[in-house]
Amino acid sequence: MKKARLLAAVAVLTLTGPACADAASGPSDAEIAHIAYTAGAIDVAAGKQALAKSTNAAVRSFAAMMVRDHDAVNGQALALVKKLNVTPAPNGTSTALSSAAEATLKRLGTLDGAAFDRAYVDNEIAFHRTVNGALETQLIPAADNAELKELLETGLSLFREHQAHAEQAAAILK
Amino acid sequence: MRARLLLALIASTAASLLLPPPVAAAPQTHVVVIDKMKFGPLPARLRPGDSIVWINRDIFRHTATAANQSFDVDLPPSARRKLVIRSSGAIVFACRYHPGMRGVLRVATR
Repeated sequence: MKKARLLAAVAVLTLTGPACADAASGPSDAEIAHIAYTAGAIDVAAGKQALAKSTNAAVRSFAAMMVRDHDAVNGQALALVKKLNVTPAPNGTSTALSSAAEATLKRLGTLDGAAFDRAYVDNEIAFHRTVNGALETQLIPAADNAELKELLETGLSLFREHQAHAEQAAAILK
Repeated sequence: MRARLLLALIASTAASLLLPPPVAAAPQTHVVVIDKMKFGPLPARLRPGDSIVWINRDIFRHTATAANQSFDVDLPPSARRKLVIRSSGAIVFACRYHPGMRGVLRVATR
């Protein structure tokens, strides 16, 4: 079930379907901004859920970092779109991400203790892998504005660190 | 000719005696900037007693944490923190939160 949902999100991210403003150039900057912001907000919400549920020190410190780092990137993203006078545009990819995340929050909400910790960390690994892949192969190449591209690139460096960190946490939990 | 050479020798010896003895170089302050998830260029000539001012230009909280536990500098966004280098040798350091951000400080021995 979880895998199927994740696959659906990956499919939307990798097949440039409704997210495309223009098939040749990929998603527009307004759409990219919405996808990136949505992904960040999803991870902040997941981190807050983990902070509310987990008692594991390693999981809590990871979750606190997710909330802090993703909040910071999203703050920067909001400031940038305001400066550029761009209104983030909802699109197929951001909608798919949101509905997959909603289902994950619900599913993780039913778990407790070590089961929750493992599910949270596993989902973080999968989520960062998906988002990082999309950033690298689609969103960054498609971004037109140089400042947006730069923010996405910094984001990718950051999220790769998160992915590695989540993988380390998963190894400890096993 | 010889007398002149001797005189010059005496003069130069006297001059060197008048000079203060060589002292250790004054401690230097170096700057390391963190930007876009990377530690910028590290000081090439580092000696014990020198300082490093770490400047975090990122919007993320970082640290500069030595693997040998000789220092652990907390660097919230926009922070500027000074560290005095006490030990020598190669000091491996990284950001505790983002361990892919790392470097090696090479501190000369006195």
